Amino acid sequence: MRVKLRINGEDRVADDVWPGESLLYVLRERLGLPGAKNACEQGECGSCTVYLDSLPVCSCLVAAGQAEDRDVVTVEGLAAGDALDPVQQAFVDAGAVQCGFCTPGLIVSVHDLLERDPAPSDADVREALAGNLCRCTGYEMILGAVRLAAERRVGG
Amino acid sequence: MTVPTRAPDRLSSPISAGVGESAVRPDGTLKVTGEFAYSSDLWMDGMLWGATLRSPHAYARIVHLDTTRALAATGVFAVLTHEDVPGRNAYGLEHKDQPVLASDVVRYQGEPVAIVAADHPQTARRAVALIDVEYDLLDPVVDPSTALDEATPRLHPDGNLVRHVRIRKGNDAVQADVVVTADYEVGMQDQAFLGPESGLAVPAEDGSVDLFVATQWLHVDRGQIAPALGLDEDQVRITLSGVGGAFGAREDLSMQVHACMLALRTRRPVKVVYSREESFFGHVHRHPARMHYEHGADRDGRLVYVKAEIILDGGAYASSTPAVVANAATLGSGPYAVDNVTIDSYGVYTNNPPCGAMRGFGAVQAAFGYESQMDRLAEAVGIDPVEIRVRNGLAEGGTTAAGQVIDSAAPVAELVRWVHDLPMPPPSSGDLRSMPGGVSNSTHGEGVVRGVGYGVGIKNICFSEGFDDYSTARVRLELVAGEPVASVHTSAVEVGQGLVTLLAQIARTELGVQQVTIEPADTSVGSAGSTSASRQTYVTGGAVQAVCQQVRKRLLERRPGYVGSPGDMPLRELLVDGPVEETVEWRHRPTTPLDPETGQGSPHVQLAFAAHRAVVDVDTELGLVKVVALDCAQDVGRAMNPQAVVGQIHGGSAQGLGLAVMEEIQVVDGLLRNPSFTDYLIPTILDMPPMQVEVLELADPHAPYGLRGVGEPPTISSTPAIVAAIRAATGLELTRIPVRPEHLTGT
Ligand code: FES
Ligand code: FES
Repeated sequence: MRVKLRINGEDRVADDVWPGESLLYVLRERLGLPGAKNACEQGECGSCTVYLDSLPVCSCLVAAGQAEDRDVVTVEGLAAGDALDPVQQAFVDAGAVQCGFCTPGLIVSVHDLLERDPAPSDADVREALAGNLCRCTGYEMILGAVRLAAERRVGG
Repeated sequence: MTVPTRAPDRLSSPISAGVGESAVRPDGTLKVTGEFAYSSDLWMDGMLWGATLRSPHAYARIVHLDTTRALAATGVFAVLTHEDVPGRNAYGLEHKDQPVLASDVVRYQGEPVAIVAADHPQTARRAVALIDVEYDLLDPVVDPSTALDEATPRLHPDGNLVRHVRIRKGNDAVQADVVVTADYEVGMQDQAFLGPESGLAVPAEDGSVDLFVATQWLHVDRGQIAPALGLDEDQVRITLSGVGGAFGAREDLSMQVHACMLALRTRRPVKVVYSREESFFGHVHRHPARMHYEHGADRDGRLVYVKAEIILDGGAYASSTPAVVANAATLGSGPYAVDNVTIDSYGVYTNNPPCGAMRGFGAVQAAFGYESQMDRLAEAVGIDPVEIRVRNGLAEGGTTAAGQVIDSAAPVAELVRWVHDLPMPPPSSGDLRSMPGGVSNSTHGEGVVRGVGYGVGIKNICFSEGFDDYSTARVRLELVAGEPVASVHTSAVEVGQGLVTLLAQIARTELGVQQVTIEPADTSVGSAGSTSASRQTYVTGGAVQAVCQQVRKRLLERRPGYVGSPGDMPLRELLVDGPVEETVEWRHRPTTPLDPETGQGSPHVQLAFAAHRAVVDVDTELGLVKVVALDCAQDVGRAMNPQAVVGQIHGGSAQGLGLAVMEEIQVVDGLLRNPSFTDYLIPTILDMPPMQVEVLELADPHAPYGLRGVGEPPTISSTPAIVAAIRAATGLELTRIPVRPEHLTGT
């Protein structure tokens, strides 16, 4: 089948899509956007998180057909040209990136959190990110990155 | 060579700081924008997808194998079995005992039997289901304690013993006033890296192959892949793709030979990506252990002797079991001074999943045993857990269980005091989210008890027992658009720890350049050794330092008599005559094998220590544990990049927390029951407490920059500290990890 959708502000078309293919698969393997990651493909890790019509979803759990005519924003669509989004910059600066496999999903989740709540408490951050697994960092520096991003967004 | 889309990048952003400062990762921007090319992101026009048929049985004879139906399916390009392995159908890190594809027997559930290449991953998976295999089931050997019995079937020609290491230090007949004895058990932990096993093999016209893959040691992969393919080593070229975590699980081969076989057969690029479920079957795990410990001490709690028997279940194939067995033995009495040590450490074959390397490598299992014992001993002599560790802690000049004299800092007592003196967390706030069980609303504080516990660990850094452990580094210094640029080329694997940052920092410090390019790691340069044993900063860092010094020497030959610091070298001027390029193979100081009878020697290059203090709240009615604080003190010799060091300590501590309270691969009759992130739980951000970290920098005079390996020690001490805290809260013995709710409620 053919799937038409808007990704990062651009109209895109994927052809020959199998009905069973996930949005994640179509993004990664058919549209050249491997930013969203495939750590479990079972909705358990959050590495595949993207925005679907402004709501963060696990793209591995969304059938590609469900995204027809909808708006998708992936981690590739967050930076404005060469300028990183404050969340992206904070992850780099705060040491929240090690292997980085969890990073794209976390960045979308944190971006969403700060859109909803510009100054979350640590407990709120933990609650909001409970669906994003990271095996490398022990999460301390991820918390630090969220605090830093929140500060910078308010400050600037 | 044809290069895939999204091939590994050269990292050429300017390096923001030198050695000792928290320089920013040169791959950081690529990773936060989604552009970093992981091995599962590889893509090439016309590529096929590989899939693997695996044994559903723990032990069985293959009586019939028929690929006809699979081959006939539309979109299928190849179905290969053991008959198609072009070279030797055997590989392995230490023993070549593992088939590329099983021929007559399968020895564990998940063992690869056949492989398929097709035009879509789903087509490949469906074709796998069309392969007909008939098995004759055999009784699996699943109990490591009886694996060595005469009556137990032999799984390999030489029997079921992989290795036995004997430690006989001092007098094994000595008596002590206070004796504590217990049996301990460690469950099977998984590395659970997030980036699945994956790679892309690209066949070349001349019958050779290029492999892009996430691994831990390119050259040792090649040394196993080439003979299996019947090729010379130089016909297999490997380039490292982005690695989504490793923690030991990528030391053994997974899809490497399979992808190459399919690519060479179909003449098309072949990509293989494991699913999460397949990943649980596709790599080795941490050895489960059964340990019997006896500690003897005087009435003040000073150790007189330690005796232990440690049985490590290696599963179906040897993998790195021999080295794990040696670690458990030589580090088996822990970071303590004790004159008399008798340890027997065994690694055995069973039909359980193969076990091998995982962060902490043998030291983790032993630490649960000896640290639990130290707490028992403290209680028996009536002193507290900090005091028992301070009294017995190793110090520089002391000897290990292997009789090795420690010739650099061993600040065991200091580390314990450090964590002891850190501020305690506040009492529970009453916020539901801080309770055991969290927002599942299982308690508002009723039945919740707090406990505090301590743990210390010891780990060998670099490869041991006389292994020729080296790394190769090539550095080229030249003017690019009038600016001096250093490019660093090694085959050392970045797994997330920040090695690429460090190598650039070293080049900046040694050469005084701000522009440092890190070339992709590949086999066109010599071996860097493994990214394991916390060794890469030490050994490849040492190699890059050495080669930079060599480059500097060359450069200064262009200006005899120059006596400034490297930072002040007039690089532009000196480089006008052309680039300088040098390659150096750098070795750390030699170690010795263990005496086969006594296990004595100088087996380790360097020893590292970390201590943890854990604070837990336990809901004693439901058996739920909330780790409230997990604080660590570690000596790193020199914090090469303080932020990265602390990041390693956080991450290592988290994996230790996982082993303490949640992570276990459940194996029943040789069959894995929980191969998914739904059922194999790793810590989430809700499970992790805030961590205070104290980093000590007591330089090791034998190591480059005085540094000490960082990655593993925090994984070792956090587990026993947490279990000790749960014991303190509940008064239970808790001799098995992970501690499960039923251990706490007795139900
Ligand atoms: S890949 Fe979608 S949640 Fe893990
Ligand atoms: S940085 Fe590796 S999984 Fe999070």
